[in-house]
Amino acid sequence: MKIKKKCVAMLLAGGQGSRLYALTQKVAKPAIPYGGKYRIIDFPLSNCTNSGVDTVGVLTQYQPLVLNEYIGNGQPWDLDKMHGGVHVLPPYQTAAGASWYEGTANAIYQNMAFIERYDPEYVIVLGGDHIYKMDYSKMLEFHVENDAASTIAVIDVPKEEASRFGIMTCDENRRVVEFTEKPKEPKSTLASMGIYIFTWSKLKAYLIENENANTGSKDFGKDIIPSMLKNEERLFAYEFEGYWKDVGTLDSLWEANMDLLSPSVPLDLYDPKWKIYSRHNNMPPQYIGPNAHIENSMITEGSNVDGTVDFSVISAGVTIEAGASVKYSIIMPGTVIKKGAVVEYAIIGENCIIESGAKIGKSPESVANRDDWGIAVLGHDITVSENKEVDPKQIISANL
Amino acid sequence: MGMNNKVLGLIFASINDTNVIDLTKLRTMGSIPFGGRYRLIDFPLSNMVNSGISEVGVITKSNYGSLLDHLGSGREWDLTGKTGGLHLLPPFSHMGGGIYQGRLEALNNVREFVDHSKSEYVVLSNCDVVTNIDFSAALQQHIDTEADITIIYAKGMYNNEKNPSTNVLSVDADQNVTEVLITPAITGECNVSLEMFIMRTDFLKKIVQEAASKSQHSLVRDVLQGRKDEFVIKGYEHKGVFTRIDSLAAYYQANMSLLETESRTGLFRENAPIYTKVGDNAPVKYGLESTVKNSLVADGCVIEGRVENCVLFRGVHIGKDTVVKNCVLMQGTRVGEKCNIEAIVADKNIEISNERVLTGSADFPLYLGKNAKI
Repeated sequence: MKIKKKCVAMLLAGGQGSRLYALTQKVAKPAIPYGGKYRIIDFPLSNCTNSGVDTVGVLTQYQPLVLNEYIGNGQPWDLDKMHGGVHVLPPYQTAAGASWYEGTANAIYQNMAFIERYDPEYVIVLGGDHIYKMDYSKMLEFHVENDAASTIAVIDVPKEEASRFGIMTCDENRRVVEFTEKPKEPKSTLASMGIYIFTWSKLKAYLIENENANTGSKDFGKDIIPSMLKNEERLFAYEFEGYWKDVGTLDSLWEANMDLLSPSVPLDLYDPKWKIYSRHNNMPPQYIGPNAHIENSMITEGSNVDGTVDFSVISAGVTIEAGASVKYSIIMPGTVIKKGAVVEYAIIGENCIIESGAKIGKSPESVANRDDWGIAVLGHDITVSENKEVDPKQIISANL
Repeated sequence: MGMNNKVLGLIFASINDTNVIDLTKLRTMGSIPFGGRYRLIDFPLSNMVNSGISEVGVITKSNYGSLLDHLGSGREWDLTGKTGGLHLLPPFSHMGGGIYQGRLEALNNVREFVDHSKSEYVVLSNCDVVTNIDFSAALQQHIDTEADITIIYAKGMYNNEKNPSTNVLSVDADQNVTEVLITPAITGECNVSLEMFIMRTDFLKKIVQEAASKSQHSLVRDVLQGRKDEFVIKGYEHKGVFTRIDSLAAYYQANMSLLETESRTGLFRENAPIYTKVGDNAPVKYGLESTVKNSLVADGCVIEGRVENCVLFRGVHIGKDTVVKNCVLMQGTRVGEKCNIEAIVADKNIEISNERVLTGSADFPLYLGKNAKI
């Protein structure tokens, strides 16, 4: 007997994240560390838990090892359930053959059997590349009230940025009348957040149709939403108000971390009613040494800081020796920064070693031509030898 | 400890509670918060798990609500297997007297559990010694020397005025324990018993049964002293760092010792981690004008003021223009703005209003009771 679930979430976590490439050579984008003790996927997973969605399929494809291990049985997010819970769904072989996930819609299509096991009325489709806290149950209420076939979460973006997004045009009842991917002249400023709720019976029909039509893209934004609109299905835009940040590029990943340090940014990780859960690594509390100088930063467990840290986010198990200086930077887990090393405006990947006297990145003010300035990035497991320098904008993926 | 020997761990959660009466008013010794994010029971429990013990019984006495809450199903210590796991053993007396008096009586009360474990050996531990120890080396010595009882001890300073309920051992060159003295009137470096014991399970059952039939209940007095000539009693020297929580000052100093690299790295070892209940707190937030020196800080803290030589547990808030020195502030302590506090042990969820001045001393830290508002 099937036990019915009202709503099942499908989390698309298979993307390569090619624009983050130094950080995504060995790990999928959703597994990238963020905010000291989280990985990006903690946000949609915790949102599911906090919204009462207890059945989540995580679709993986690109470099799934770290992600699989991280998700495990889902216990850190309270998603280890007798019925439901979190399930990692890689592409698989069938009697008819085997294929990779070809697009977002195809990935869901290939896992229709998983969804059907729970006989849900609604399916939420989520991405694994945004930082936000959102109550999906409110969006579902909105979807049900409108008797919608699909509800798309949107956020109001500044007019000048609207052409970077998928833009919805709505009538006065929030019913979507037009959807355009990256329009040159946007008619509205409501941008799709890549969060969809579908009435499952509707979505199922469109997935099958899309698969048979073999468009080549098999994508929600390119195929499913446009054909639903064409058939005058009831599509609604649910406006989200709050912090939402794409972390698909190195710059936006850096900015999203820096946002945590800004008192004016409405992303509260300290709210006991909406905790962001993460897998824990049994490290002792952080030790701050006698020479440390720390201001306006976030630092987490297992770290040992005896140097200067200013406007930075320091992950678990990081060592910053006396005389080292880290400013406006993100240091991922397990990295060691030795005495006299200077790290400014940089993202340093996991388990790097920065030897003494090395200099990574520079402040924008210290660069003559502002166009030459950008975040310096080190991938994972990289050693930078004594006194070596990494320039702004440089992306390092091998020892230096 | 490998697959060859099935070992049962038994932890006494409430032994010596009265030494730190302030801290155990509402909880057991085992559930006293320690080191920023731990409870004292995490240390013996993690030591057992890291030594390959997969079945542990925790013997409680009273006030064990917080202990049950902390341990839950034992998942954080990986003690949820189909075989073994974590078992909470509430007080229950076969002798009809209600709560047990000594460890032998407590062991008699749980004899069915011990029988059921089908273990070959038992490791016993209290919760008032904080250390990181590999029991498998001690068990190996126990087996090699064919001992009846192995007592784990360490060389340490002992002062009979300051250290109640400490037992001191005389150990000869062959590791024979020749004498066990209960709080002797001496001061200096001694072989201090860590009150951790290894025995064969059938041997334990025998001495427990025999003690019960004679209405004896003290492991030290009635067995280690009373029957020392009948048994082979060996000592195993533990060489790692350890501290004993036998007074409020000792509790305070044990926390403070974690600010020393040697103590910290001796206790928190990468290959033998100390496990504890997960709190899901955000990282520590250091404000624009914060200054933090020589301190151990757990996640979820928000620091706007000045903190020196402190141990801050999860979710402590330090307000602007406040100076906190030499303090142990437990989970959820909130210190307002423009305060000056020194040498305080604040129990959980204390609120200190703006502009307060509170001062204790290292020998007599000022203790603030749980949930107080100041």
